[in-house]
Amino acid sequence: MGNRITRLRASGLVVAAVVLAVLVVPLAFPLDEQAVDLAAKLRQPGLSHPFGTDEVGRDLLLRCVYGLRVSLLVGVVAALVATVVGTAVGALAGALGGWADRALMRLVDLFSSVPHLLLGIFVVALFRPGVWPVIASVAVTHWLSTARIVRAEVLSLRTRPYIDAAVSGGASRWRVAVRHLLPGVLPQAGLAAVLMIPHAIWHESALSFLGLGLPTHQASLGNMVNSARGSLLAGDWWPTLFPGLFIIVPTLAVAGLAGAWRERLDPRRRSELTL
Amino acid sequence: MLELRGITAGYDPRDPVVRDVYLTVADGEAVGLLGPSGCGKSTLARVAALLHRPTAGTVVIDGEPARGWRHRAPREQRTAFGVVFQQPRQSADPRLRLRDLIAEPLRASGRSRAEAAARVGELAAAVGLSEELLARRPHEVSDGQLQRACLARALVPRPRWLICDEMTAMLDASTTAALVAVVEDYRRESGAGLLVVGHDAALLDRWCDRTVRWSTLVPNKEDASPRKAT
Repeated sequence: MGNRITRLRASGLVVAAVVLAVLVVPLAFPLDEQAVDLAAKLRQPGLSHPFGTDEVGRDLLLRCVYGLRVSLLVGVVAALVATVVGTAVGALAGALGGWADRALMRLVDLFSSVPHLLLGIFVVALFRPGVWPVIASVAVTHWLSTARIVRAEVLSLRTRPYIDAAVSGGASRWRVAVRHLLPGVLPQAGLAAVLMIPHAIWHESALSFLGLGLPTHQASLGNMVNSARGSLLAGDWWPTLFPGLFIIVPTLAVAGLAGAWRERLDPRRRSELTL
Repeated sequence: MLELRGITAGYDPRDPVVRDVYLTVADGEAVGLLGPSGCGKSTLARVAALLHRPTAGTVVIDGEPARGWRHRAPREQRTAFGVVFQQPRQSADPRLRLRDLIAEPLRASGRSRAEAAARVGELAAAVGLSEELLARRPHEVSDGQLQRACLARALVPRPRWLICDEMTAMLDASTTAALVAVVEDYRRESGAGLLVVGHDAALLDRWCDRTVRWSTLVPNKEDASPRKAT
């Protein structure tokens, strides 16, 4: 119990710090994260550069914060788009049933049958490198599980007597969907969205690491880990370690918050909390 | 006049729960349908309320056969039936306050908030729900209180037939008596017909004009049912 609350507090603290850093740092310190200083390349972490500098002398702390900013933007926007698409498809399939359900779910199967990193690479390859193709690529590959979750939830809600009562009371299809079915699936869809954020961040990093995501000059955690590979072999650990930590710690924190939310959604847990 | 003619219904077309059943509820009549658990009487009640499409047979409302079920039935036909189910917990949307729960059929047919509020107040008084209870959500009230709200919701569109599917099976004697009294008051005032589904013979015999036993509805069960024969 105490362990769970500590984890929840730590996750909340990290997420709050990350959001604050990402919003405030670029405003408070108008420094150029792309400024090259060849005289100061590959400095060890120290007073002037707390995280050290990379192979062309750019400050790693500043680039980590800017990279996190890009990662969060990609993660949040892609998760939102994927959730909206997944909820719409799942709700339609579950509510309409019959051939519409079969057609939509075969579409989901079709997308799932392709390894999703491969599909993601295909999508980014269609466009010039940038943030939006990466968001599109992550969204296109991540709405599938939400569609399945929402459809299953709608199917289970649809047979409840209160839906019968609504139909008998004269409610239209639209009203049943909007008033009774959607509010019932929103908590599940919201949880799926939050759980998707870390996944989306990892995907962005993976695409950038493969050199397919953002342009290489742009600060992105994946780009930074990629360009640090050479210096790592030469014994310079910091250009790899710090961006790596910036990928791992915030995603674990978001996942920790989502885990606490999931426990709340479980009715048995919830009744424990309210008693 | 509500007539069920040759209804065969179920959830698997090859293995129907209800086979070739005939039942009539005259205007203003109270008919009890008595049968053991799982015999298919609830399914028959859902067919009668146009909530479940039978695989064969017709529901005839005032001489006119029903053409559609659920959303395919015209709204006036659907709202001609007020349905109360066995489990109030399952038949109330957990997110709605009792006030909104009762008003839902009025709001669904586009009536204004003010009109809905007036009618809800009237019905809440009739079923014995206080103002304070109306502001609560389903998980904050007892089964009996919730079932009162569900009955009020069924009465809101002024139905011509009430269908009570084991309405009182989960409730204590005094709540049962109160709900039966509410139904009877409504019927006296409106002349509505009533179909009560249950397994409590004493209650049905006292409440209804006539009680039909499920076994008499199902003709030659052994002959008609190939799955039983094999």
